[in-house]
Amino acid sequence: MKKQNIVLKFLKNSYAFYRNGFAEMLLGKKLWKIILIKLFVMFVILKFFFFPNYLNTKFKTDKAKGNYVLEQITKNASINKLK
Amino acid sequence: MLEIDLNMVNWARAQFALTAMYHWIFVPLTLGLSFLCAFFESIYVRTGDKEWRAITKFWMTLFGINFAIGVATGIILEFEFGTNWSNYSWMVGDIFGAPLAIEGLFAFFLEATFFAVMFFGWNRVSKRFHLFSTWMVALGSNLSAIWILVANGWMQNPVGMAFNPETARFEMQSFFEVVFNPVAVSKFVHASSSGFLFASLFVLSISCWYLIKERHIQMAKKSILVASVFGFLSSGYVALTGDTSAYEVAQKQPMKLAAIEGLYKGKTEAPIVAAGILNTNKQPGDNQDPFLIKVEIPYLLSLLANHSLDSFVPGIDDLVYGNEKEGIEGVAPKITKGKKAIDALALFKQARKENNDKKAALALVKFKENQKYLGYGYLDKPEEAIPPVALPYYAFHIMVALGTFFPLLFAVFLFYSLKDSLIQKRWLLPMGLISGFLGFIASQSGWIVAEVGRQPWAIYGLLPVKIATTNLAVENVQITFFMFLGLFTILLAAEIKIMLKQISIGPEEDH
Repeated sequence: MKKQNIVLKFLKNSYAFYRNGFAEMLLGKKLWKIILIKLFVMFVILKFFFFPNYLNTKFKTDKAKGNYVLEQITKNASINKLK
Repeated sequence: MLEIDLNMVNWARAQFALTAMYHWIFVPLTLGLSFLCAFFESIYVRTGDKEWRAITKFWMTLFGINFAIGVATGIILEFEFGTNWSNYSWMVGDIFGAPLAIEGLFAFFLEATFFAVMFFGWNRVSKRFHLFSTWMVALGSNLSAIWILVANGWMQNPVGMAFNPETARFEMQSFFEVVFNPVAVSKFVHASSSGFLFASLFVLSISCWYLIKERHIQMAKKSILVASVFGFLSSGYVALTGDTSAYEVAQKQPMKLAAIEGLYKGKTEAPIVAAGILNTNKQPGDNQDPFLIKVEIPYLLSLLANHSLDSFVPGIDDLVYGNEKEGIEGVAPKITKGKKAIDALALFKQARKENNDKKAALALVKFKENQKYLGYGYLDKPEEAIPPVALPYYAFHIMVALGTFFPLLFAVFLFYSLKDSLIQKRWLLPMGLISGFLGFIASQSGWIVAEVGRQPWAIYGLLPVKIATTNLAVENVQITFFMFLGLFTILLAAEIKIMLKQISIGPEEDH
């Protein structure tokens, strides 16, 4: 019970530390706005619309991905050129 | 000939180069300024002098701005792996996965925790704990960099792995061999020390501006004193680690060394080119002089490359066409062996499809005999193994010239700082002011040497860049190239604007 209280107190103090720190920021608020906008642009707009993971989009299993890459890197093998 | 859209490959390369160079604007400042803040704060805690606290808080604010704008710019590179470089990202996934995951965890837990204490904790935690947190941010930032450089080092010198033809992946055989790859280790110490140097120049530059404007004079003088000491020591360390780095390049990537020196015909007792202008008409194998004009230092290239004054340093022609006397195999026989490796891989794939284990086993034996030359099998002609010469040559020489200038600059600033006569030296202050920009040039030049000099390889000797890409339409890559150009330019403009505003405000206690 005592241990639980110590952990709880630590968590409360840590939360208060971060909350008060963020609340008292001046320049930091502007910087955080930039960070959040940047992360939104990167992870929501860029990643979602422009940077899909090519192999994850086209293939469901690792085996299929491996086979595809193997096919790509052996395209110029002489046995393939004869086809 | 393999049909590849080289236009798409070049746009993908340009995009990666663009994002990497933008990312590298912010990173070295984080690496170095974090340590400078730790030094400033250590002096404050030691002396109790509130002026040092104001100095610490000022530089910490600029550190925070740089960190905030730069954070996550490296993530875009990982996006590009998955979209533009799918063959490459699949093949190296097993190698890169661990280092990049560790880097992410390190950065998040170590930096984020102590970062908050560093910025929020000034009047909330004890002086000692706050100082400890500042040091932990410095250490954490620098240790994070190790993992990215382990990944890059592996691209330059692939070790500790084996190619699995079942999965078409390079699979890690030894984590420690990958981490302690001599190329990775030398890259890390050289890149991080270049960050220390760049940050020292940054502090010097802004402090000189204050002295020119006759504002925050005491703060500027004290900052210059600390930055000059750190910068001078870092300059020496950069030179030492640069020597180690160059030695590793000579041993593991001799073609890169030949390109950065404009060396076509190898020599014993090889001199280093201190300065020179390349002959743009020079072709491999011809008898033209590679230089229109040059100044050489005797023996130094042999010493740098092999730690032996009379050793042979191979040139581009030796490495491409072979040199029997020196036991150097040319690229043409490597291409032949590489094609055998590719053929064996194709046969293995076919055998697996047919469930023919005997045929697969025979193909595997053939593959293993020639797998060391796999990457060469994709080259159409021996000359394709040559990287661009001019760009790494000039980048290397600019970097070294600036690297030679910086310790002299710091020594002069330190001398006049100790004599407390800096403000009278009006001729010196503008030099200090532009030194920040020169540091940026040197910093970017180093990466141009490393990455352009590595061409045509994505993984040295095993996978050329042109095979590493995804089969995408070039328009897709062009669109995202210009999007990044726009996004990063906005971010950079925002950083410069916010930084300039904070610089014009100055340290808080002066208001």
